[in-house]
Amino acid sequence: MALLKIHEPGQTPLPHEDERQLAVGIDLGTTNSVVAISNDEKPEVLRDKSGGTAIVPSVVYYGEGADPVVGEAAREQINSHADRVVSSVKRLMGRGLADVKSIAGTLPYHVEVPSEEATQSGEPMMVRLNVGDRVLTPVEVSADILRALRARAEESLEKPVEKAVITVPAYFDDGARTATKDAAKLAGIEVLRLVNEPTAAALAYGLDNGAEGLYAVYDLGGGTFDISLLKMQKGVFQVKATGGDTALGGDDFDHAIAEHLLAERKDSGTVDSLDASDAKRLLQTARKVKESLTGADSTDITVSLGGADSTHTMTRATFEAMIAKLILRTITITEQVLDDADILADDVKGVVLVGGSTRVPAVRKAVAELFEQEPLSNIDPDEVVALGAALQAEALTGGSDNLLLDVTPLSLGLETMGGIVEKVIDRNTPIPVAKAQEFTTYQDGQSAMMIHVVQGEREMVDQCRSLARFALTGIPSMAAGAARIKVTFNVDADGLLTVSAREETTGTEQEVAVKPTYGINEIDMANMLRESMMHAREDMEMRLLTEARVEARRNILAVQAAINVDRPLLERQDEDNIMAAIAKLEAAMSGEDRDLINQQAEALEDASRPFAEARMDSRIRQALAGRNVDQVNEFGS
Amino acid sequence: MHSVSNTGISETRTAEHPQHAVCWSCKGPVAASALFCDTCHAIQPPGQLDHFTRFGLNRDFIIDLDAIEATYLKQQQLLHPDRFASKSPREQALSSQQAATLNGAFETLKNPVARAEYLLRLAGEEPEGGEGHTVNDPALLMEAMEMREALHDAVDRATIDTMIKDTRKQARACEQDVADALAQNAYDRAKKLTTRLRYLMKMTEEARAKKSRLAAA
Repeated sequence: MALLKIHEPGQTPLPHEDERQLAVGIDLGTTNSVVAISNDEKPEVLRDKSGGTAIVPSVVYYGEGADPVVGEAAREQINSHADRVVSSVKRLMGRGLADVKSIAGTLPYHVEVPSEEATQSGEPMMVRLNVGDRVLTPVEVSADILRALRARAEESLEKPVEKAVITVPAYFDDGARTATKDAAKLAGIEVLRLVNEPTAAALAYGLDNGAEGLYAVYDLGGGTFDISLLKMQKGVFQVKATGGDTALGGDDFDHAIAEHLLAERKDSGTVDSLDASDAKRLLQTARKVKESLTGADSTDITVSLGGADSTHTMTRATFEAMIAKLILRTITITEQVLDDADILADDVKGVVLVGGSTRVPAVRKAVAELFEQEPLSNIDPDEVVALGAALQAEALTGGSDNLLLDVTPLSLGLETMGGIVEKVIDRNTPIPVAKAQEFTTYQDGQSAMMIHVVQGEREMVDQCRSLARFALTGIPSMAAGAARIKVTFNVDADGLLTVSAREETTGTEQEVAVKPTYGINEIDMANMLRESMMHAREDMEMRLLTEARVEARRNILAVQAAINVDRPLLERQDEDNIMAAIAKLEAAMSGEDRDLINQQAEALEDASRPFAEARMDSRIRQALAGRNVDQVNEFGS
Repeated sequence: MHSVSNTGISETRTAEHPQHAVCWSCKGPVAASALFCDTCHAIQPPGQLDHFTRFGLNRDFIIDLDAIEATYLKQQQLLHPDRFASKSPREQALSSQQAATLNGAFETLKNPVARAEYLLRLAGEEPEGGEGHTVNDPALLMEAMEMREALHDAVDRATIDTMIKDTRKQARACEQDVADALAQNAYDRAKKLTTRLRYLMKMTEEARAKKSRLAAA
């Protein structure tokens, strides 16, 4: 028999060449998205065919009866087809209608209002957008952006790309994370891991600079603000604390400018009533104003709306006064996070800037003043997140010496009597995490209990985000306070929550992946998959086949390793059976029949059972040899 | 799809020989506390180790936090789900359980109140302060009330800073008292002191929160 390769426990051996598929890193941004790939820890962004920009605007144009167009080409359609262009959809990911009302004025497209009975069912409804003749969910729009990024990657690498690390704001709640994963599924991408944007950025800088210590990542994008504190030591990147605001970003700067321009027009007697198309064009103008004020002290603008032109001059000082309050909010949140982690601004060794909005000089100045040092910005702030994601994608598929340890961004809890939140998992708890808490009934003979899962820092349920409600039913009749209901929260490495409830005295159990309320429910998902992607089923089949092969290979290696160690215990007949079973399994693995692989894997298990039993017996005999009766009894008790 | 329930996996320990378990992968013997199978190197379920044993420590209240963190990082390097991204679903599930168990153990040991309560439970004692439990130590209640009033009256950050510093100093002294009580198996005293320590920590937290509210205003 050939010598087996034995690796150190825990070290992932490199997967075989044939199954090591390309995995990219994707920064799915509010305004812009970027895709990158890493080889030998050298990440690079993937540019368009002409080798131009890495940035793909997160904008989708839905032409009549045509395939969606994504990116710069979609943005160009804003002037002519404003009602068919969707932008900043990330702000709606995982949001319910209640949330959207608060930002509805800032959305340039029409949000569909659900029917009365749907609203009254108490379930938070997913937002739908009316775009031309289509009704779309934010998940579908994001899937279109992801498809475009996947296509760009495949074109650039000239190979199929099916796996990715996708970044999300650290402050994204469970619903938004689930929605992001759903979007990837729709786009035919297997998400290896959802990584927090600031963490990805730190990874890009950390590997680059090889520096140990405490780092702050200040990430101000188009629609979200994140601040994270990370500790880097011995190859481990530990997120110490995070904070942020999911509705604060550079888009708000644009709105401030646009409102200012409208106010000036009003002062000079022009009364505007904006339609969707006007609003989008005005916001585009505002964005250009913002960008030019990064370099210039003052800029001239012409606004033409409803046939009335007006000219304006804006100085950087005016602009900075307009956004001072927004910047102060980011600084306050940052101070709060430092306090949370019991860290002084002086302790921070470096500050990393992420997101296009950190190009605004006033932002840089405020950050530099808070930390009393010039922030790092030698990596393009638009690309740094995707580069970090690519590094993580390489680490997950090819192995790495570095490890990311992330935390829960928000506290998770349950509603108790009187609408008070009982926290089960505090914010900034390292993930994965599993925590249980016991509750009891408050009425005699109570047979069911509502479990209401919420996310947030406030004490009252209605001030937190509702993630899921489910009922634990079938509680046997008992006196009030006698039942012991154990509710377990499980947060996985992607930051996704599963909640289960169990009545301990009888074992009655319910489990819910916190998904249906804010993400898409399985039926919707299945319909979408059928409608919008005919080969989704093939993709799923392929994945299951790959999984069966991985499992089968592990099986064979395990048996071979056992033979290497305990060969003397192996009977001749058993060895023949095992070898025959392995040969059959290997033959099945080279085919495409998943059921056959599983069947042969089971046959191998059967064939090696006598050997496994012999090994167990031998070990137990060894352990018992030389012990006296008392000790044996002790072990038996 | 091949799904793995959380409870299904850890059933493989042999009931009649608790010091031996069966490796779920190669079906051979594996030590009950092993993270990986010696024979086939497959990751094992977390098992029922107490947190101190998991970190190779004696059951003492005084611990070396730096050493524990080093152990924690080393074990996460081996067990974290990121290390198992291209492995079978079952191995991924086990890695997630192991990493979650390790996180839980580390969080408990790191926090002095949680650590004291954990040691009390290991000793078969139920700590104070559970749901519905009223504290009946008048001196402590008085102390807590005074601290709360002082915090309520404080209007500038400097005053609060002084309070935080003072409370932390008291907390540190209280930690030493908890350690002494636990070392002497004086559990009733340890319970009372742990409750006081919890109050002191909570006050520090509230003072910090008030400080950042003042900063934001």
